Amino acid sequence: MSRVAAFVFRRKGGKGWHWTDIVTWVWLVGGLFIMFGPAVWLVGSSLKTPAALAEFPPTILPYVTQKVSVEGFDKPFDLYEVTLDDGSKATLAEVRRIGIVSQMVDPKAPGEIIKVNIAQRTPVREMSFATENYTEPFTHFDFFRYLWNSVFVTVVATLITLVVNSMAAFALSKYEFRGRTAAMLVILATLMVPLSVIMVPLYSIVSALGLFNSLWGVILPTVATPTGVFILRQYMLTIPDELVDAARMDKASEWQIYWRIILPLTAPALAVLAIFSVVWRWNDFLWPLIVLSRKELYTLQVGLSIYSGELNVQWHFILAMTVVTMIPVVLVFIFLQRFITTGIAGTGLK
Amino acid sequence: MTIDGSGKTGPRVGEIAMAPVRFAMGLVDAPLRKLQKVAGLGGMATFFLLPNMLIFGIFVLLPFFINFAYSMTGGSALFLSDRSFVGVDQYARLFDCSNYLDPNSCAEDTFWTAVGNTGWFVVLQVTLMIAFSLVTALILNRDLKARSFWRAMFFFPVLLSPVVVGLIWKWILQRQGLLNFGLYGFGFDPYAWLNDRTWSFAAAVAVSIWAHMGFYTLILLAGLQAIPKDLYEAAEMDGTRSMRVFMRITLPLLMPNLLVVIVLVLIRAVQIFDEVYVLTGGGPGTSTLFLTQYIYETGFATQLRNPGLAAAASILMGVVLVVLTLVQLGLGRSSDKNGGRK
Repeated sequence: MSRVAAFVFRRKGGKGWHWTDIVTWVWLVGGLFIMFGPAVWLVGSSLKTPAALAEFPPTILPYVTQKVSVEGFDKPFDLYEVTLDDGSKATLAEVRRIGIVSQMVDPKAPGEIIKVNIAQRTPVREMSFATENYTEPFTHFDFFRYLWNSVFVTVVATLITLVVNSMAAFALSKYEFRGRTAAMLVILATLMVPLSVIMVPLYSIVSALGLFNSLWGVILPTVATPTGVFILRQYMLTIPDELVDAARMDKASEWQIYWRIILPLTAPALAVLAIFSVVWRWNDFLWPLIVLSRKELYTLQVGLSIYSGELNVQWHFILAMTVVTMIPVVLVFIFLQRFITTGIAGTGLK
Repeated sequence: MTIDGSGKTGPRVGEIAMAPVRFAMGLVDAPLRKLQKVAGLGGMATFFLLPNMLIFGIFVLLPFFINFAYSMTGGSALFLSDRSFVGVDQYARLFDCSNYLDPNSCAEDTFWTAVGNTGWFVVLQVTLMIAFSLVTALILNRDLKARSFWRAMFFFPVLLSPVVVGLIWKWILQRQGLLNFGLYGFGFDPYAWLNDRTWSFAAAVAVSIWAHMGFYTLILLAGLQAIPKDLYEAAEMDGTRSMRVFMRITLPLLMPNLLVVIVLVLIRAVQIFDEVYVLTGGGPGTSTLFLTQYIYETGFATQLRNPGLAAAASILMGVVLVVLTLVQLGLGRSSDKNGGRK
């Protein structure tokens, strides 16, 4: 045994264990449970039936009590493992329960009612995935509508963000003109004006433009992000001006220089901004909550939060919808996580 | 900025994503050539800048300035032209208190409750957030196997939406939830944590740390990795004790990053809303009501909405944020200077 322990706890270079090694180990293993555990628990719970969700203590995997239909009765009954008075065991179906006495029948010989103390019975359980949690919201609620709204907002806002911000960044990095510094300062200054500070007047402006209760009212105020202009401009500054001059000598128009020379060379920074924009817009909550008051316009985030307030008891649907809302971001995480983490480490933006 | 390895994948991803855009941009080239002949190079610069500036102007700058006008008007009308001028009445109402430490003595008691809650939240959350992300960054900076996996693990919740974060934890903290299940194993009775004033506040702090810690850990980790290794080698040769190495080498050299992180966490903590709103809805009672929720509810959600009052409150919050941002910019500049000197 001690040899196994020695093998498991062996360290590189034959050095002994320092207290910091133990802290590291505890921190990382604890982190594994705390960081991933809640999401895993959510996915597991979303596959349980409402009855299983109401149980305490909960089971790790989605178990349900097995049902059996008995001849002569309309609805199926729960199946129990029963210890009878003479010590023999039997599998019986519960017809009804009165106090601590359960009236049961043998599914194979349903003629006779057997009375059993409830302490003597244990339910027969089987694993069952409640996939209807996922399929029913699509028919009961406007879930598809929300999904479509979210996808529309995310895709359109990201495309506009990329075009508008890269154009501005191009102007700010490759042209000398009066007011360039002022424009840059104005853009940076807007970093200081978060949504929570301007939401009241912004709401009146969006209403005045007729964008209240419109997905464009969600999209437009978000597309000119100062961080977007900033990272694109920093990247474009590293592209040599000689390229632009050479293109001009070859009679390329400024627009062609922008989209045929500068944009392709800025692709890595554009990709970073695109990933960020997708995650930002997909996750936006407060502003859509203010602008969208008609149900058919809700984004997933708004619809989910409103339903979780209304249908407090219908956790099985809410959990399943939460999982679906989480999926795109989890995909981004799995495939692009390295890209994002290096992007943040480099720029400190979120 | 640095984007490692993106030279290989970046352009390919970009090309696919840009394909329809390319087509559209080819179409607009001819009219823009004509524009260029008329406007010249300087004009083209304006042209490129214009869309962004328009959107900034309409959706950021204009509301920013209108906000001051809003805070000087009363009534529940939406458009500024329909609102009556009341001077500083809204501010006077916010500050109408016989004792600032007791929200119940104020005319606008929910505002002061929100201010008090936000204050406590900022103090607790910022301290714990810095502590947790610093420890995590120090651990991730060690000679670990599969470091990128561990780093990604702590980063995972950062990408989740606040609504998803709020719902996940609401589910875990409820009576039949995972936390009670765990405690049940130690013989505790199930408890509805989010119905308890103190515990729901603690949950708000803990959940917001869980959701954002990975982001700050990344920035601190980048700072740690920028510290030259030879300093540690020299310290090891001198037999310096690890605590002393931390205080004399790691902490001073990490300070610029640490200060920036502190201010970033502060700015975000002052504006806390989304995940807590979904988690607790500000309750029970007003125990987790924070400033942004107060502004949102005063301006939009309640029956007797008062946009003027909400605007006044948002300006007060804006002042705090501007001060914090200026501190951040100042810190950023001084750390740039240090970087230049090296």
